[in-house]
Amino acid sequence: MWNALKTMWTIFLHMFHRPVTVQYPDEKPYIPPRWRGRIILSRDPDGEERCVACYLCAAACPVDCIALQATEDEHGRRYPEFFRINFSRCIFCGYCEEACPTDAIQLTSDFEMGEYDRKNLVYEKEDLLIDGPGKYPDYNFYRVAGLAITGEGGKNKGEAENEAPPVDLHHLLP
Amino acid sequence: MSELAHTWTNVVVILIFVFSFAALLSWIERRLLGVWQDRYGPNRVGPFGVLQSVADAIKLLAKEDWIPPFADKALFVLAPAVIAITTLLAFAVVPVAPGIGVVDLNIGLLFFLAMSSLGVYSIVLGGWASNNKYSLLGGFRAAAQMLSYEVFMGLSLMGVVMLAGSFNLRDIVTAQEGLWFCIPQILGLITFTVAGIAEARRLPFDLPEAENELVAGFHTEYSSMKFGLFFIGEYVGIIVISAMMVTLFFGGWLGPLLPPLMWFLLKTSIIIGFFILLRASLPRPRYDQLMAYGWKVMLPLTLFNLLITGAIVLAWGL
Repeated sequence: MWNALKTMWTIFLHMFHRPVTVQYPDEKPYIPPRWRGRIILSRDPDGEERCVACYLCAAACPVDCIALQATEDEHGRRYPEFFRINFSRCIFCGYCEEACPTDAIQLTSDFEMGEYDRKNLVYEKEDLLIDGPGKYPDYNFYRVAGLAITGEGGKNKGEAENEAPPVDLHHLLP
Repeated sequence: MSELAHTWTNVVVILIFVFSFAALLSWIERRLLGVWQDRYGPNRVGPFGVLQSVADAIKLLAKEDWIPPFADKALFVLAPAVIAITTLLAFAVVPVAPGIGVVDLNIGLLFFLAMSSLGVYSIVLGGWASNNKYSLLGGFRAAAQMLSYEVFMGLSLMGVVMLAGSFNLRDIVTAQEGLWFCIPQILGLITFTVAGIAEARRLPFDLPEAENELVAGFHTEYSSMKFGLFFIGEYVGIIVISAMMVTLFFGGWLGPLLPPLMWFLLKTSIIIGFFILLRASLPRPRYDQLMAYGWKVMLPLTLFNLLITGAIVLAWGL
């Protein structure tokens, strides 16, 4: 009996406590900078797509929500013909971002993706691509990679940043 | 003619007031529970969420009114009506203030006890007619609980009757001019409070409903406005029990400065708040604990109170 009364008094005192509720739509919660939210595809500083369609994100994805098809342009650059993320399956684990060798796929802090129609949760490449470089403003994969690119703005092997010219296998000097 | 008009105004105003207060109570209860659990509760519909009960009523009316094919149809429909009728009838004898009140019966207290006992039919019949094992269990529990708590509910009030010398609730209130009965009848107050909570099937004693054991107990199969009637019956039941506690132990409308009606409303609201606090803080006892508590603790306590009161009244010739 005494215990019950003590419990009731304790509960009554909670009247003077501040509610812990965050009234969400009116009052936005703090989102940490490394929040894993809606996935985007970034572009390099030249405005080209960063994605080289290596399929690593699709392979890393534990729920198989990423689908893409690789193709090449006339200069030998690989890019995705289509790139599709089904956000009704995505669990926002961020493995795709970790797997990406060109920092193309990135997770943002947006999480308000509610839709009335399930089909609207399937995002195509146009929906995913953003205009900027995202989290890595200066990084350009083709500038540092050893791959030779033909056509205008192209480069040969050994011409990339921080890259030494290739070793001539037929030369005698060390 | 004017007396008839006066009566009818009383009836209609009190009916509307009780109904709207019962509806509002569902919002007040959720807000208070929220406050005591460090959260807000419903605060979206209207200012502070006051219109939440209106939204709930609209939702309930728009729901499908489903009678299960295996149910006993006549009883199934009758059960929710019984509880709404009995609790409202019980409110008829409550003396709200001088000149305000539906009826002034010379056996008002007995009428209240009779009506609150009849309420058990609603629960038992609802549980029986649903033809569902959880509902039936809820109904059985309700029958046993209400019957055993009914015994000392009546007995706990006999001390008050002895002191006031009347079954008329208005006489009982005027008999408390000098001293509220909550002081000389403290044991009666405690036992009546416990019995009242059990009678209104409020949380520490809501075994007929017991969401986490019996789905929803006796009203598992009910939907739409039939469920709403059970709900209204429960909330009107709380109002009635609180009003009776105020009338019998806390001097009804008596009090300084404020008008009598305000005093009655204030006291009743505080008791209702106390009921909600009980719900917020106390866990539900096991079923055998409930029965043992009723028969082995509360009934002897009531009889003891009766004995002492009788002896004092006899000795001092009050």
